[in-house]
Amino acid sequence: MFVVQQELNDRVKMALDARFREDILSYEQQYDMMVITVNKKCINEILRFLYDETFLKFQFLTTLCGIHYPESDKPLGVVYHLHSFKNNQRIRIKTFTEINNPVFPTATNIWKTANWMERETFDFFGLVFDGHPNLKRILNTDDFEGFPLRKEFPLEDQTREDKNNSMFGR
Amino acid sequence: MNKKEEYLDSLKGDLVSGEEHREYNILNLGPTHPATHGVFQNIMTMDGEFIVHTEQTIGYIHRAFEKLAERRPFYQITPITDRLNYCSSPINNMGWHMTVEKLLGIKIPKRVDYLRVIIMELSRIADHNICNSVVGVDSGALTGFVYLFQQREKIYEIFEEICGARLTSNMGRIGGFERNFSDEAWRKIKVFIEGYPNVLKEFERLLKRNRIFMDRTINVGSISAEQALNYGLTGPNLRAAGVDYDVRVMNPYSSYEDFEFTIPVGSSGDTYDRFMVRQEEMWQSLSIIRQAIDKLEAMPDKNTFFADAPEYYLPPKELVYSSMEALIYHFKIVMGETDIPVGEVYHCVEGGNGELGFYLVSDGGRTPYRLHFRRPCFIYYQAFPEMVEGSMLSDAVLAMSSMNVIAGELDA
Amino acid sequence: MVTIVDAPDGFSGKGFFATSFEHAIGLARKNSLWPLPFATSCCGIEFMATMGAHYDLARFGSERLSFSPRQSDLLMVMGTIAKKMTPILKEVYIQMAEPKWVLSVGACASSGGIFDTYSVLQGIDRIIPVDVYVPGCPPRPEQIISGILKIQDLVGNESLRRRNSQQYTDLLHTFNIE
Repeated sequence: MFVVQQELNDRVKMALDARFREDILSYEQQYDMMVITVNKKCINEILRFLYDETFLKFQFLTTLCGIHYPESDKPLGVVYHLHSFKNNQRIRIKTFTEINNPVFPTATNIWKTANWMERETFDFFGLVFDGHPNLKRILNTDDFEGFPLRKEFPLEDQTREDKNNSMFGR
Repeated sequence: MNKKEEYLDSLKGDLVSGEEHREYNILNLGPTHPATHGVFQNIMTMDGEFIVHTEQTIGYIHRAFEKLAERRPFYQITPITDRLNYCSSPINNMGWHMTVEKLLGIKIPKRVDYLRVIIMELSRIADHNICNSVVGVDSGALTGFVYLFQQREKIYEIFEEICGARLTSNMGRIGGFERNFSDEAWRKIKVFIEGYPNVLKEFERLLKRNRIFMDRTINVGSISAEQALNYGLTGPNLRAAGVDYDVRVMNPYSSYEDFEFTIPVGSSGDTYDRFMVRQEEMWQSLSIIRQAIDKLEAMPDKNTFFADAPEYYLPPKELVYSSMEALIYHFKIVMGETDIPVGEVYHCVEGGNGELGFYLVSDGGRTPYRLHFRRPCFIYYQAFPEMVEGSMLSDAVLAMSSMNVIAGELDA
Repeated sequence: MVTIVDAPDGFSGKGFFATSFEHAIGLARKNSLWPLPFATSCCGIEFMATMGAHYDLARFGSERLSFSPRQSDLLMVMGTIAKKMTPILKEVYIQMAEPKWVLSVGACASSGGIFDTYSVLQGIDRIIPVDVYVPGCPPRPEQIISGILKIQDLVGNESLRRRNSQQYTDLLHTFNIE
């Protein structure tokens, strides 16, 4: 159903181990994609390295999004999906941080497309991207309070009065 | 040297000498403007008719898809995906189903794959139909719009025959389709692929070598291949800039590797190239549909329309009432008693606008822990200032409609 | 073939026809509505299909879309109205000249639809008065046409004094519209 590109993954692993051994927390294989969890502080160097390295060339940022695990001691994270057209290989990079210091270095210095993705992540999760040219809310209004995709945020519109809770089994 | 370069060149002189004092006007385009075909706002700083700077505001129909998806069982997320890029909903449905199938490890029979290919290519035609006819409208040619919308109705009729809905199709289930294609559906598909080439050819004749259309679109809103990649463009917009990236070829899904087709590629990434790439893709889609029909007709099996995965595939209603096993599985699926593996999966399909990706994080519950949509519109609309700054206002309108920005997908 | 609407009730004799202003004006208004399509999402595409050759809204005298609120009679709200969009929709409504009617097309515009979320307005009737609701997600073009016909009934039968009445002013006041 899906192919695991073992050889290519090993190559990425070796290249990263050679330079960032202590900052890489784990490698795992999730279905067809290799997932690399890294320390926050050198995420930008790692992305830059993957971008520049001649035999890797992860030059396409497929998507960037946030994730929230409230129970974890580093609850907020950013997930990058990178694609190398050269090798037709995709990898996923994750990095996590504490709730009281949700600051990440920006990736806009590598990809212009990271601009809105980071704004969206800021809007949804309240993650601050250091060095971002124009970090403000993108989908919600500027005066919106709270970060909607954090787990504690209620989904439903709180101003509704016509909903009878007993009818919805709540 | 085109108009844009000329203008930028003239600015340069002023900036160097610093003598001439320019006055700029601010023009507000949107959020509801007939020329924007959707709700997004552009605040443009204008120097006469030239755009110096544009600031985009989006989010005017932010509907919180990602949050909503965290509260819904997998099979109830299909209707949400409908409303992403509503011009080609079935592609989104199929993309989502394939994502879940990847997570659950369901093996899909070839016949279902081919049926899906037919549906997806029909949707691609429907999507490009809207975009290209609207490019025509914005350049002043309303006739093509009327021609192509008539054909869209025919595609809708096929969809209605298959799933009962026209636009937001909610088509298929995890594991296949909810019913086999009826004879009427096959007849309609065949009538469509017979009749459509003539209309498309006529439409092409109206615009392709039309002097006015060419003057309005060539070198308008162009973007280089490097910039396009840096901005994360995918789909026809990226291919118009000369990069032959197509998910169907790069990471084949739903047995696309069995089909012969070419990826049309442009050279300058301008409005004309985008138009022509979409036009050619429709021809390719037609050819793919023909191949799929041939393959299906060569297959002895005419009845398989879902995978053999009873614990995940919602059984047909009549079986639920008559068969014990189906009733049990129906109950289990609806009440969320099925085993969902823990894991993360990313799956992408070639949507009407580009790479439509689903990043699904499952914690074993009946709803996704996190679902992120890679929405091609959201990503490539960032490149709009890059395309239009320095060009004229009327060109910006054309550049925007040829990018095919769909508000539903843009704002999630 | 040209179809002409039937004459309203009245007295006719040799060389004259007498009817009330209300009927005559109602008839004229009803058959020449200028809709303002406020299309935000999926329903907008179905509206495009309604305008297309297959369903052809022009048959009902409403093919002249007015994209300027000041020249339109009928506000057709099609699609989800997010909270960010709310002030804009209200502004558009206020800018329209009287008499004006509102058609709410689709589940999202009518009630928020499936999007009961933090960012979506739960029905446009929270901010502006609505005359006709068209259900569906999205409604079929036939349904949109049916909604237009319902609006035409309202327009044709409306009293000329309605917009000047205290009741109407009070109604607008409940929406904080002066």
